[in-house]
Amino acid sequence: MDRFVLDVAHLFAGGLVLVSFLLLYQDRMFGLLNTFALHALVVSLSVAWQAYIQAAPHLYITAAIALIVKAIIIPVALHRIIVHLGIHRTIETVGGIGQTMLAGIALVALSILVMLPITAEAGTLAREDLAFSLSVILLGLLMMISRRNAVSQVIGFMSIENGLILAATAAKGMPLVVEISVAFSILVALIVIGIFLFRIRERFDTVDVHALERFRGERA
Amino acid sequence: MALILDALVQVAQLALVLLIAPLLTGYVRKVKAHLLRRRGPPLLQPYRDLIKLMRKEVVLAENASWLFRVVPYLVFAVTLVAAALVPTFATGLVLSQAADLIAIVALLGSARFALALAGLDIGTSFGGIGSSREMMIASLAEPAMLMVVFTLSLLAGSTQLSSVSAFLHGPEVGLRVSLAMALVALIMVGIAENARIPVDNPATHLELTMVHEAMILEYSGRHLAVIEAAASLKLLLYLSLIGCVFVPWGVAIAGQGFAAYAVGLVAYIAKLAAGGLLLAVFETVTAKMRVFRVSDFLGAALMLGLLAALLLFVSQSV
Amino acid sequence: MALTVLLSCCGVLLATSLVVLARARGKAPTLVVYAISLITATVALAAACFALLDAGAAPQSAELPIGLPWLGAHFRLDSLSALFLIVANFGSAMASLYGLGYGLHEQTPGRVLPFFPAFLAGMNLVVLADDAFTFLLTWEFMSLTSWALVMAHHRQPDNAKAGYIYLLMASLGTLSLLLALGLLAGPSGAYSFDAIRSAPPSMGVAAAALALTLVGAGSKAGLVPLHVWLPLAHPAAPSHVSALMSGVMTKVAVYGFVRIAFDLLGPAVWWWGAVVLSLGGITAVLGVLYALMQHDLKRLLAYHTVENIGIIFIGLGLALSFQANDMRWAAALALSAALLHVFNHSVFKSLLFFGSGAVLTATGERDMERLGGLIHRMPLTAFAFLVGSTAISALPPFNGFVSEWLTFQAILLSPRLPQWMMKFLVPAVGALLALSAALAAGCFVKAFGVTFLGRARSSAARNANETDAFSLTAMFVLALVCLIVGVVPGYFIDALAPVAQQLLGAQLPEQRALEWLTIVPIAQSRSSYNGLVLFVLIAASAWLTAYVIHRWASHALRRSAAWDCGFPDASPSTQYTADSFAQPIRRVFGTLAFRAREQVDMPAPGDTSPARLHVHLHDLVWDAMYAPVSGVVGFTADRLNNVQSWTIRAYLTLVFGALVVLLMVLALWH
Repeated sequence: MDRFVLDVAHLFAGGLVLVSFLLLYQDRMFGLLNTFALHALVVSLSVAWQAYIQAAPHLYITAAIALIVKAIIIPVALHRIIVHLGIHRTIETVGGIGQTMLAGIALVALSILVMLPITAEAGTLAREDLAFSLSVILLGLLMMISRRNAVSQVIGFMSIENGLILAATAAKGMPLVVEISVAFSILVALIVIGIFLFRIRERFDTVDVHALERFRGERA
Repeated sequence: MALILDALVQVAQLALVLLIAPLLTGYVRKVKAHLLRRRGPPLLQPYRDLIKLMRKEVVLAENASWLFRVVPYLVFAVTLVAAALVPTFATGLVLSQAADLIAIVALLGSARFALALAGLDIGTSFGGIGSSREMMIASLAEPAMLMVVFTLSLLAGSTQLSSVSAFLHGPEVGLRVSLAMALVALIMVGIAENARIPVDNPATHLELTMVHEAMILEYSGRHLAVIEAAASLKLLLYLSLIGCVFVPWGVAIAGQGFAAYAVGLVAYIAKLAAGGLLLAVFETVTAKMRVFRVSDFLGAALMLGLLAALLLFVSQSV
Repeated sequence: MALTVLLSCCGVLLATSLVVLARARGKAPTLVVYAISLITATVALAAACFALLDAGAAPQSAELPIGLPWLGAHFRLDSLSALFLIVANFGSAMASLYGLGYGLHEQTPGRVLPFFPAFLAGMNLVVLADDAFTFLLTWEFMSLTSWALVMAHHRQPDNAKAGYIYLLMASLGTLSLLLALGLLAGPSGAYSFDAIRSAPPSMGVAAAALALTLVGAGSKAGLVPLHVWLPLAHPAAPSHVSALMSGVMTKVAVYGFVRIAFDLLGPAVWWWGAVVLSLGGITAVLGVLYALMQHDLKRLLAYHTVENIGIIFIGLGLALSFQANDMRWAAALALSAALLHVFNHSVFKSLLFFGSGAVLTATGERDMERLGGLIHRMPLTAFAFLVGSTAISALPPFNGFVSEWLTFQAILLSPRLPQWMMKFLVPAVGALLALSAALAAGCFVKAFGVTFLGRARSSAARNANETDAFSLTAMFVLALVCLIVGVVPGYFIDALAPVAQQLLGAQLPEQRALEWLTIVPIAQSRSSYNGLVLFVLIAASAWLTAYVIHRWASHALRRSAAWDCGFPDASPSTQYTADSFAQPIRRVFGTLAFRAREQVDMPAPGDTSPARLHVHLHDLVWDAMYAPVSGVVGFTADRLNNVQSWTIRAYLTLVFGALVVLLMVLALWH
């Protein structure tokens, strides 16, 4: 049973990496939101399973917060924002999707190369989950730098947050207070970003970052 | 005595695979029709189609060469041999000594090579479009399949399919991330190789949307019947492969007696039914991708396969 | 004994070439020269086979009193040399047999006949050489004779440039090998290979020597980025010489690398294997992508050679890494895979070049866009070319599949390598290998399909005739060998065992004793392959299906116009061309690898001029490496041009200054 328990935890962590790749693959806005909801769902399941393994009930609350706030509230809110703003539904990428995926693989390899040797004295579960969490963070960053659309950059930012949650729960050190404050700060950040998006859209009729750079005077 | 029994099991598997393949195709069509609120053609219609085609006269283009006439039988023979190697209701097949997973992938590659050449034989633009697109799809699907094979072989310690399925049936394997990724990659490759939506439409005759149909456009009569039979066999092969590797419960180990074989047979039919149902549902809810999106789709499968193999290389317990 | 036979064969070949220098006109010298080459090569082949299969015999050495007075010329025949001699002489024999028919079409036999036997002799002597001086001398001799053969048709516009670049790269290669062997010989000047073997160099010297050998032997073999001469020079030569250059001379370069890296450098270090492995992987993929973009048949085949050299170097890199980690039997597997691929490639590449030579003689065209439908006019050539295409695409039951299978098995053993870098590199290279194999199949569907299938695109293709009996015999012998090695590979793998034993100290378990002639390279994992059973099963199933259907269903057949979806088109220009066949792959891979762009010029509505499609491809290797170098060289040459017009006093000043500088250096040294 012990083996099975560890395997399921690995499965969730690996599944999170898989869903991060799925996020990189999306080229439509609503597909991106649905995939992000899946991302948050997998994180909450993973945290719940960790709560079961470590017999730490406060992690159940973390999982519930992740599920409700990130898998339901935020995607619905962003859905509304997109429909309201009338943002067009395809996402332009810098470089093709193939190149982005290749870069993603290289980043996963890099995070494994970094993490596994330096955590040699920790338990197997923690080591590999840390390697996967670093991969998720790096993939989120890759998503932020390879997309031209402000909404997808917001999603990338939030997937980084998910990776951090995975890392924190794997390393057995996340008290509830911290999680509540982090969740609220995310919510606040989202509201702020939403307001900014409205303002930008009102003034410039677009949220394409490329176009915004032109208005800033950085591009001719 | 044991050798004769094993040989009988192998022949039985060959016959089973040959008989059941058109039924599977008919079943998938029936489920798709029901999902679209139609009644659909009868379950046994593919058999009737094959018999009808075999009795018809072949109409051959004037400049068709001997290659064009030989290819259908060659494709069918190769696909049949490959399908005979994938365990369906029992592992430990006699022929699994002769070819392992890599050889199965290469055999399917030979069938595709022959079919692509036949597409170019008559010298029409339809054949060209089919062959060139098929080779582009193959250039990504085959490496993805090989990476899945690598993942499975690294886990099981052998490339022989009987050993792989016996290992995955045993207690040492747990739920592994690499297996999950390999499963997703194999499903994506299977969809591409069998010319299913979203990669290709098996029921279309619009020239710009077809890949497989374009290559076999000039075939008629018994040649077309043999090629259609080979295509059904290939679909059965992929579903059997996914079943025996990722859903190994119920498969009989060699030499366990008739009761185990019967259980294995029932389990196999159930797996095929479930697989066909899922395939039909997936085809109904997804739209066909445009051709150059297929390379992204298969590139993702290749990356998943590579990632699965990489994870196994790096840590034998992931 | 065998060594004496081999050296005498080389002597006969050299004598032949000298004699025919005098008189090369007419039909008789052609037949005589190729017949002598055929007989000599066959005798040498027999001697080499005998030496390789005579397991347990010690290596034979000989020393001839020619060359440097204090050194002489050492020659040695051990199992590694014997294997490469088999490869070289089999290829030479087939090329001579082909030449008996093809050579009669040669317009200027005087430019080909004197150099052909000399080229064969040169290749044999390189493999036999046992000291650095002889090795370099014969290597350069081989390069020069092949250069002369490349320049045989020097009036054709591209051939002069091809010969020039070939000469440059060959000189660069020989210079690198000179430096490498000089480093290995050390300051004492111990040039013989025995002396080098007994004094293994230090780590830094060994690494430098390996790098130089990679440059030297790699440029002759065709490793990226030193491959640029290969697709220019190989097609320029006459077809049987192209077959020898692609099929055999590149293997002699591989021999040079194997001899230095495995035999003379001493114990290996793991990162050597990593470097060789990555170079091999990149070469394999880039080679086949370049090949896919070509529509010249011979250039496509030459680029494909680059891909197969990449596959060989992947095997060699794996062997080096395994050996460095003391996993000897895994190293034996990887080395056997690479060496079997050496033999296989020489067989099917020669076959394919012979086929393209036959097509060239029959139609006068090398451009696939002007061929088509040749399967009806040249059925036997088409069949042989089909066998070659299937073999090179690594499809069972032919021989290409066996060596790829063995390479994959070696890759699957790699997780036991302890170094982290290898754990990431090997699966990536495995993916590259799988990708190159799939792309190769696509490439040969294109090559065979556009050239032989479909409808004829020009009158030359419409009026082609089958080639002569000698060419066909050579092609069919090679096709038969492809099938035999694919169907009973166990014997051939066992024949390679002495080589692995000599170089690595371990060998694969004996294959020919296994039941049903299966091959099982790794006993523990029970991964097995049986080419004979597969071949028999496929043939039996196909025949049985055809028989059953013809007997019980229908065998009626009617010829009619093509269906073509109801739009029958009489013009053969509507069918797919080579470029259009490669277009999907060009869009997927070419935008990254070659910055491929398509540009369409559409005329305005009402304008009756045709629309034009332009495809722009950039050779990134050329742009990044060679164009800057040639720019610098040109710039320097322009500046130095002034030296040609100095006064006498200026020249004397130059000589005087150089003398003074040398004397100062001498003074400071002491």
